[in-house]
Amino acid sequence: MQAAVSLLLGVAIGLGVTLPAHAYMAYVSNEKGNTITVIDTDKLQAVRTIKVGQRPRGIELTKDGNFVLVAVGDDDTIQMIDTKSGEVVSTLPSGADPELFTQDPTGNLLYVANENDNTVTVIDMPKRARLGEVQVGVEPEGMGISPDGKTLVATSETTNMAHFIDVDTRKIVANVLVDARPRFVAFKPDGSELWVSSEVGGTVSVIDPHTHQVTKKITFAIPGLRSEAIQPVGISITRDGKTAFVALGPANRVAVIDTNTHEVTKYLLVGQRVWHTAFTPDERYLLTTNGVSNDVSVIDVASLKVIKSIQVGELPWGVAISQK
Amino acid sequence: MKFGARSVMLRCKKQPASLRHDGMTSTQMTHSLDHVDLFGASLTVARTLIAAAVVFLTIVAAGATEPLEFKIGYLRVEKPRVAISLVAVPAENNGVAGAQAAINDNNTTGKFLDQHFTLDDVKLKEGEDPAAAAAALADRGVSIVLADLPPDALLRAADAGHARGQVFFNVGAPDERLRENDCRANVIHTAPSRAMLADALAQYLVWKQWKRWFLVVGSHEPDKLYADALRRAATRFGAKIVGEKVFEDTGGSRRSDTGVVQVQRQIPVFTQQLPAYDVLVAADESEVFAGYLPYRTWDPRPVAGSAGLVPTSWDASNDQWGATQMQDRFIREFKRPMTALDMQAWTAMRMIGESAAHKRVNDPKALLEFIKSADFALAAFKGQKLTLRDWNLQLRQPILLTDGRTIVSVSPQEGFLHQFSELDTLGYDRSESKCKLQ
Repeated sequence: MQAAVSLLLGVAIGLGVTLPAHAYMAYVSNEKGNTITVIDTDKLQAVRTIKVGQRPRGIELTKDGNFVLVAVGDDDTIQMIDTKSGEVVSTLPSGADPELFTQDPTGNLLYVANENDNTVTVIDMPKRARLGEVQVGVEPEGMGISPDGKTLVATSETTNMAHFIDVDTRKIVANVLVDARPRFVAFKPDGSELWVSSEVGGTVSVIDPHTHQVTKKITFAIPGLRSEAIQPVGISITRDGKTAFVALGPANRVAVIDTNTHEVTKYLLVGQRVWHTAFTPDERYLLTTNGVSNDVSVIDVASLKVIKSIQVGELPWGVAISQK
Repeated sequence: MKFGARSVMLRCKKQPASLRHDGMTSTQMTHSLDHVDLFGASLTVARTLIAAAVVFLTIVAAGATEPLEFKIGYLRVEKPRVAISLVAVPAENNGVAGAQAAINDNNTTGKFLDQHFTLDDVKLKEGEDPAAAAAALADRGVSIVLADLPPDALLRAADAGHARGQVFFNVGAPDERLRENDCRANVIHTAPSRAMLADALAQYLVWKQWKRWFLVVGSHEPDKLYADALRRAATRFGAKIVGEKVFEDTGGSRRSDTGVVQVQRQIPVFTQQLPAYDVLVAADESEVFAGYLPYRTWDPRPVAGSAGLVPTSWDASNDQWGATQMQDRFIREFKRPMTALDMQAWTAMRMIGESAAHKRVNDPKALLEFIKSADFALAAFKGQKLTLRDWNLQLRQPILLTDGRTIVSVSPQEGFLHQFSELDTLGYDRSESKCKLQ
């Protein structure tokens, strides 16, 4: 490993690139361990473990990069971790059993899915106060916001819909039926498509956010695997909008998808029970959390190869990476 | 031809009476046309009328002035509510509460689709005819019925309902014959069969290398049928039944003021001098003795089957795959834990809701077609999609193995392979099935 780092350094210096003063940090929520593992994504090493509340899952950094937000479902709150001190400094009134959440582009509003109450809670971030809620279908989970910040999308796992919500009126404007147990949503960076993964249905629905029609259903087929084992969850789409990575759960693979043709171009073998994924800000690496094997796989995005696995805490679930 | 039935009746009063019938099949439709002809109106006029009505109804449905109504029946019988364990005594609303929970879920979804579901709960008294009950439901416009009935009663209801276009969901009966020689084209099974339960247990015991079983069988018919399934499972997966013994039900209550003094002495004696075995497997659906076996056997051995490690479709301790939400909302509403029967009814009602959401019609035939199709997949907190076996309309499902406190394991076990679905390693597979759907 040291040789590889020296080699990397050598290449970097050779190219006249200065290394950032602070490396990017990846924060991995360990659902069973009740911890966050911090990974230095330059060294690709775990550097710290932070104790948090019970059952940490959904994780994101605030837009200013000062805090890590982590939903600790069994404590019915979202904890705020100061990225400088690595300490839990505050909590947010998320409502019961938070799992996934999303921020608007300004970072002033946070939208949280409350699975037990069929609601989405709206939180004022500067005031850290609850603003209101929106009633959605049974067991809301996946949360996303359009790049223009105008449309919020929540998926409900038992109703099997993507609910499109106008952020100004907080009213549902459309409900789109998708396959069973929709768990995660991602907008294409240009806002032209919404991707919804259906964990039990085994598909990704591509929805036109303007007409609210499903325009394409992406399916997966892996030789030697029964269809029940293919359970798409986390989705990451590159900034140029060309390539998408979809985590396939107990299939232990990440599908690489050409977003133009919506065809799978490659399956990458990662750790066991892959949940979620996140890019480093330079999109050099994609990190995946592997729930059963207690590790994070590192995918080299350019070569589409899995180059490393990093041991983390017990049952890793979510991952978020600092942008500076 | 089954749009919002109520709005039809309000707005189309001039149609022939038979056209308003909710459970009409295509043969009945032809029949009613002849009927119209007899009364003087020409066939063409009748056809035009129907076509106009269809167009009108489509507009009404699209206008969404009233939600599309789904009236779902629930047929059950008075059952003795007995269990060895006080904490396992079934509630009066066992099963029907699961159906109600799914009705609530369907209605939350229905808000977005202009669909509304209601439950028509019918409890048959001793000696009441299930066929008449099914017909009465049909008269009230109920064309889909969840049934928690013994096998003969279920067949009577289903065969009576067949002519009225009714579809039944067997949520309670584990009997193999309902899926085999006595299978029906209008009966879907969400309850796992005895063979599925036995296979699920056998796979785990074999994986655990507990291959020598001693089988204790109750003296009632269901116990014997469960024992048959366990013997078949042992043969299938390489376990050996080293001996068998019948536990006679001599009657008597499950609880007494004198307490468990006698049980503590009876069970060790009953299990004394058995051939060497790894696990004591009990077939006691009648709740007569199995609950007394654990910790009381002569030899220190684990117990499985009807007590100890139990194969089941659901347990209140299941908290995997998002099940916590299901358990929470059930307890909040019904103030008691969710049972396997509740889950089997919930699953049936969700299958109805899911197909209704996709097909947007209240037509049991269309919904059944969708449920049987490759497009159908149900999420039911089992870690994978549930689909229907098209050869006998049995729902494919993983089986939980529970000690009543935690989920010990979930079958199918790793390594039990199948060319189509690992779930088909549980129960009778396509090639073994004697079912001819009709």
